[in-house]
Amino acid sequence: MSKLVLKNVARRYGTVEAVADFSLELVPGEFVSLLGPSGCGKTTTLRMIAGFVPPSTGTIAMDGQQISSPSSVLPPEKRRMSMIFQSYAIWPNMTVGENVGFGLQVRRLSRGEIDRKVDAILDVVQMRNLKGRYPAELSGGQQQRVALARAIVVEPEVLLLDEPLSNLDANLREEMRFEIRRLHDEFKITTVYVTHDQSEAMVTSDRIVVMNKGRIEQIDAPHILYARPKSRFVAGFIGRTNFLEGSRQGSEVRFDGFSAAASGLEGANGTGGLLYSLRPQAIGLATQKPNGGHLAVEAEIAGRSYLGEYWDYQVKPLGAAKPLRVSTGPNAVFEIGSRVWLEIDPSAMVRVE
Amino acid sequence: MTVAAPALATPETRRAISFDSTWLIWIAIIAVLLFLVVSPFIYLVVTSFTAEKTGGFTFANYLAAYGRARYVDALLNSLKLGAAAAALAGVFAIPLAWAVARTDMPGRGLTRMLVLMTFITPPYTGAVAWILLAGPNAGWLNRFFMLVTGAEAGPFNIYSFSGLALVIALYSFPYIFIFTTAALELVSSEMEDAANILGAGAWRTMRRVTLPLALPAILGGLIICFLEAIALFGSPAMIAIPARFNVVTTQLFQFFGNPVRVEVAAAYAMPLLGVTILLILIQRLMTRRKGFVALTGKGGDRRAIRLGPWRWAMFGYAMLVAALAVFLPYLFLIQAAFAKAWGRGFGLENISLRNFHFVLFEHATAAKSVLNSFLYAGVSATAVVILTLGVAYIVTRRLVPFGGILGFLCIAPFVIPGVVLAIGFYAAYAPPPLALYGTALILILAFTTRFLPIGYVNASAAIRSLNPEMEEAVRVLGGSRLTALRRVVAPLLKRSLLGAWLLIFIPATRELSAAIFLYGPNTKVASVMIFDMSEEGNFEYLAALALILQVLTLPLLWIGQKALGRDFMLRRNAT
Repeated sequence: MSKLVLKNVARRYGTVEAVADFSLELVPGEFVSLLGPSGCGKTTTLRMIAGFVPPSTGTIAMDGQQISSPSSVLPPEKRRMSMIFQSYAIWPNMTVGENVGFGLQVRRLSRGEIDRKVDAILDVVQMRNLKGRYPAELSGGQQQRVALARAIVVEPEVLLLDEPLSNLDANLREEMRFEIRRLHDEFKITTVYVTHDQSEAMVTSDRIVVMNKGRIEQIDAPHILYARPKSRFVAGFIGRTNFLEGSRQGSEVRFDGFSAAASGLEGANGTGGLLYSLRPQAIGLATQKPNGGHLAVEAEIAGRSYLGEYWDYQVKPLGAAKPLRVSTGPNAVFEIGSRVWLEIDPSAMVRVE
Repeated sequence: MTVAAPALATPETRRAISFDSTWLIWIAIIAVLLFLVVSPFIYLVVTSFTAEKTGGFTFANYLAAYGRARYVDALLNSLKLGAAAAALAGVFAIPLAWAVARTDMPGRGLTRMLVLMTFITPPYTGAVAWILLAGPNAGWLNRFFMLVTGAEAGPFNIYSFSGLALVIALYSFPYIFIFTTAALELVSSEMEDAANILGAGAWRTMRRVTLPLALPAILGGLIICFLEAIALFGSPAMIAIPARFNVVTTQLFQFFGNPVRVEVAAAYAMPLLGVTILLILIQRLMTRRKGFVALTGKGGDRRAIRLGPWRWAMFGYAMLVAALAVFLPYLFLIQAAFAKAWGRGFGLENISLRNFHFVLFEHATAAKSVLNSFLYAGVSATAVVILTLGVAYIVTRRLVPFGGILGFLCIAPFVIPGVVLAIGFYAAYAPPPLALYGTALILILAFTTRFLPIGYVNASAAIRSLNPEMEEAVRVLGGSRLTALRRVVAPLLKRSLLGAWLLIFIPATRELSAAIFLYGPNTKVASVMIFDMSEEGNFEYLAALALILQVLTLPLLWIGQKALGRDFMLRRNAT
């Protein structure tokens, strides 16, 4: 049975539709991210799951029991969930230990039991030695760990995270991503994670819901989302890509500077505009014309940037108006202006809407 | 076209110049602050140990000051009065502050406005209004009670300890309101959401999260209220003296009567000063206690708590407080101001403009007293703003070593009650060679000292909000520090400086506690005039004068709100 089911959920503020027709099912122990630019409705969705915001239409159910509908909303304190907030919302008037123990006190555990559980979870987040400190004396990363411990120690049915890493600096953010995933693997709590950072979502999640303007664009596992984006928005939002506009001419599809056989292209027989996404990593660069089944296009290096882990080349097929972006390993050095060959695998070209 | 490059000074001359000018300014400012703050304070202490006749060292003043039971009683009365007024003010202020800051009570803007009205009502004006309302026989509430019940006498008597506590509480509760709303507005909704999602209901969240976070501020507000109550002169003089009991300030005033016994007064003022310093220290420690700092700004949005049907009950309570502090007092003040005789009621035949005409054109000094008030307040406010801006700039930008001393001296008068400050000024500058007693200058100087802390808090907040890089950009392009101040800093701070000026000017036009000890025949200010009229029992003239003072304040309030937002007087750094 599904742990959490959102069915046709929508939320309107006046005439503004913050979330529209949102449906999602989570299996027990699953980690799902809601990913999208700011204002896409992801936080509103999360707050509806938490019970802070009632849906305008649609229903939310947990373990088969309805917890939210336009007419009745189970209050947040009755949902047995927990949540990590953007500001962490660590109570500054309580010590680390008191913060973490609060939820257990509310659940009326014995004092010994509370102490034992608090110590255990503080060990897990490596904060045991700071148990007696006040939050004002903690760094941002330490506050984040307290928030995590406080949310997990109550063994919630569902864990909700609202951009929990957005207030941390870059290095810490990277560290905490793995920390969050590690804790999930250890405790197997069903988790909904809201973020606007694609790499955060990709590192942590089993599945990602990409949202835009209140609507779901695509729900898939991270690697599928990257390799097979369904829409132009998803292809552009997740990673970098080349958008190629094609037009059908007989058995070929004509692109800017080259053509490809329609038979080898996904969806080339369909109706509507032919727009393809081609990742920079999926294009090969060579000085000699490659021989193989792939498409070979003669081109010129128009520009380049070196980013340490890879080269980012701008390569213009002969006769084309716009260059393509191509990523190569750091050792593949080509001078600007030199003639090269592009090697394109047509099956890596994904048709998007 | 060529641009002349600024002449390049050699390192030696640069250092010499900067050494000279900044140190000169530092010395000038410290001289002014010594004169305004340190010297009156030292004179106060020294005078308390000086024999009146011989000028030698003595403890006799302390014996005289605490030698009689009724002098000691007056001290105890002040402490009791402070506690009662603060507690009562808390009852008025805390529910209102919570409702305005955190709930969906209707009329939150209206409530804020009425608290502001209360805040700008001088306590002595409120006291007079309550004499009209709850005087033992003729008071309107008593007459209404007798009319309704047919009783021989009404139950209300403002001339009592509880009456005085009520009147003081009614006009000092805005302090607690300001502190509490400021604190509640810093508690983000996420703090409460976090407790909710972990299973805590509304009541437990309030008790464990919201209240503890706001508590230091609430206690701080109560302390300020307590201090306000024990330092107040006008209301006790109007109410406690007819009720035949004394408090510290009225007793001090009597030591200042004929003959002036300033040495005894100085000795008698010490406990007031001591209690104030102690409580301010406690308040500072409390609000700075570790763990009560508001954390992380992001995600700090607040949603109103839904009160359901209780929102109307809450609104009713807010209007009840407003009725006691604003509606009823002003109704009967206006009635008295336009009445031939206030006791004759609301009939058309009792209405006249005679009182206003008399106060403005016939009375020997009333109109002049209003002019004096505005003149002295204006000069003082300007002086404070300029002085504190300079100090705040020097301190914030660390232009001189030990700049912190300057800041401390500016903030120090906060712990000196107006009455005590006046005695210090009297002791320091009334005798020759300066012989300033009764001059406009001594009033201006005393007001300047009294309002230095408000000016400094605002000026340093304003300067800290400025990124130093703005000035560095001027200097990199060849402008001097002075050019940077004139062309960049001053224009950017225009609004906040105007705000600071108003926050000083408005209370300075009402100041009574210091003025009553320092004014002379030609330098009477409006507050002293009102006090005199109350002693003579001229309530119609008094009400007219008090209303004129209030009406003259309204345009200033309007300017302040236009420039700085509607709540500029009700912000935390305003007090």
